[in-house]
This record gives sequence, C-alpha cells and structure tokens, in this order.
Amino acid sequence: MMKLSEVIDVIDGKVLCCTDLLDKEVKFGFSSDLMSDVLTLRDDDILLITGLANVQSVRTAELSDINAIVLVRNKVATQAMIDMATDADIMIITTKHSMFKASGLLFGKGLSPIY
Amino acid sequence: MQTTFSVTAGDFTKAGTASSQIKRMLKQLGVPQHTIKRIIVALFEAEVNVIAHSFGGEVQCEVTPEKVFVRVVDTGPGIPNLSLAMKEGWSTASEQVREMGYGAGMGLPNIKKSADILEIDTAANNHTDIRMTFYLNGDNQ
Ligand SMILES: Nc1ncnc2c1ncn2[C@@H]1O[C@H](COP(=O)(O)OP(=O)(O)O)[C@@H](O)[C@H]1O
Ligand SMILES: [Mg+2]
Repeated sequence: MMKLSEVIDVIDGKVLCCTDLLDKEVKFGFSSDLMSDVLTLRDDDILLITGLANVQSVRTAELSDINAIVLVRNKVATQAMIDMATDADIMIITTKHSMFKASGLLFGKGLSPIY
Repeated sequence: MQTTFSVTAGDFTKAGTASSQIKRMLKQLGVPQHTIKRIIVALFEAEVNVIAHSFGGEVQCEVTPEKVFVRVVDTGPGIPNLSLAMKEGWSTASEQVREMGYGAGMGLPNIKKSADILEIDTAANNHTDIRMTFYLNGDNQ
C-alpha cells in the first residue's frame, strides 16, 4: 500500500483537488487511456494513471470506485473535471512525467500491477 | 423501489449521469460495494452504448430485497448481428467515441461478465432492449 502523499512525492506531482485524501492508500496502479479497460477491473484501491484529460476519466473513476487519478505529461484538467472529481471525492494529481515514466517510478516504489 | 432516467444520444458530457445517480441510490439502499460495482460498470457500458450507437433511450432500475434489475432500452437503430457485437474487440464506434476512451468493443462482453442474467432483444431497424439481473445474495465474482 502507498499513501497518495507518497505517490505525489515519487512522481513529483501537483494536487488539483481533494487534498483531504493525502493519507488515503492505494495498492495497485493501472495505466490506460482506455476507459472500457478500466471498467473491467474488479480490484479495490487502484490508482489510475492516464493521459485522458476529459470528464470521461473522472466519471469512469467515480463509477469504478477509484479515488485518485494521475494525469501525465502535464495534461490540463478542465474545470468540469475538477468539479466532478471534487464532488465524487477523487484526487486529481498532475505530473510532468510520461505515462511510461510515472508508471515506472511508482512500480519501482512498490505499487502493484494488476496483471 | 423503481427509477427511470432518460439518456440523450451523442451527449458525451452527460455520459454516466444516469449510472452515477443509480449508484448513489444503491449505496443508500445498502447494497454491498462489490455488487454495486458490477451493476454500475455494466450499466455504464450500456449507457455509453445508448449515447454512442443509438438514437437515445432510457435506463430503468428496480431494486427488491433479492435482486437489482436494470433495463437499458433505446429507440434504435438496433444491432444487426448480436453474436458479432458480443465478441470482444468488435466495434463500429466512431473516432470521436474512441477519443473519449470507449469504443474498443469491450462493453457488451463486460456487461455479459458482470450480470447474473443478461437478456438482449435487438434487430436491425429496431430498438435495443438490454435487461440485466443482479442477485443480492452471493456475488458472481
Ligand atoms: N444500443 C446500441 N444500439 C446500436 N448498436 C449497438 C448498441 N450497443 C452496442 N451496439 C453495437 O455493438 C457494438 C459493440 O458494442 P460494445 O461491446 O459496447 O463495444 P463499443 O461500444 O466499444 O463499440 C458497437 O460497436 C455497436 O456496433
Ligand atoms: Mg460500448
């Protein structure tokens, strides 16, 4: 398990909303731009790492009980995304790293893959 | 307990609103979290299909002590070859739908995996009527 505060440290991230979740822990990382793939996951405590900067990623996280999203490559979160995430208690973190690098850094620190 | 939401074709900004409201209702009714999750992912994929592939429709949800029944029905154009559409990876989704993170042909297979009972009525130039039953005692996962 890794606290979201540690996730932020590892990927040099910036938090856009829901700072009250800093102590929340995630167990798995899943990197995808394909929301249908995210919707097949049945595990709990997943961190979603994605380049998909639209409300669909937030909606998918909300509906599949995911509490934190990392937006890679400094993708800009829209206000609609931030509003929806705030409403659903989902932390959005942005990082300058690519999806590959952010995933690799987190994997190296012990965040588990699902497959 | 029964509720209905309408779903507008093509409006991706609202994709998931019906699913989100039904999720809230199931939580309030005390449905176990893992059961909610499989209901909601199946419902959401069906809702996205109405938005992406149909002329519009509605979502109905009925909860009894034994089961949750979800029906997603639209006004057409229907699915000409359902067994093909059920195949993992088969999709007629537009580029726009793929940019939204859907359209990989994984929706119907996931719906089938998630529901305890799945019934689909559809035909070319007809509506698509998807009925899913989820039992509340004993999860199928
Ligand atoms: N409600 C619907 N109305 C018409 N066609 C549909 C509907 N739902 C699904 N389909 C057809 O079945 C195909 C497979 O659906 P699905 O497995 O959800 O994959 P995707 O939506 O990613 O294409 C769709 O591409 C579409 O051709
Ligand atoms: Mg679909």
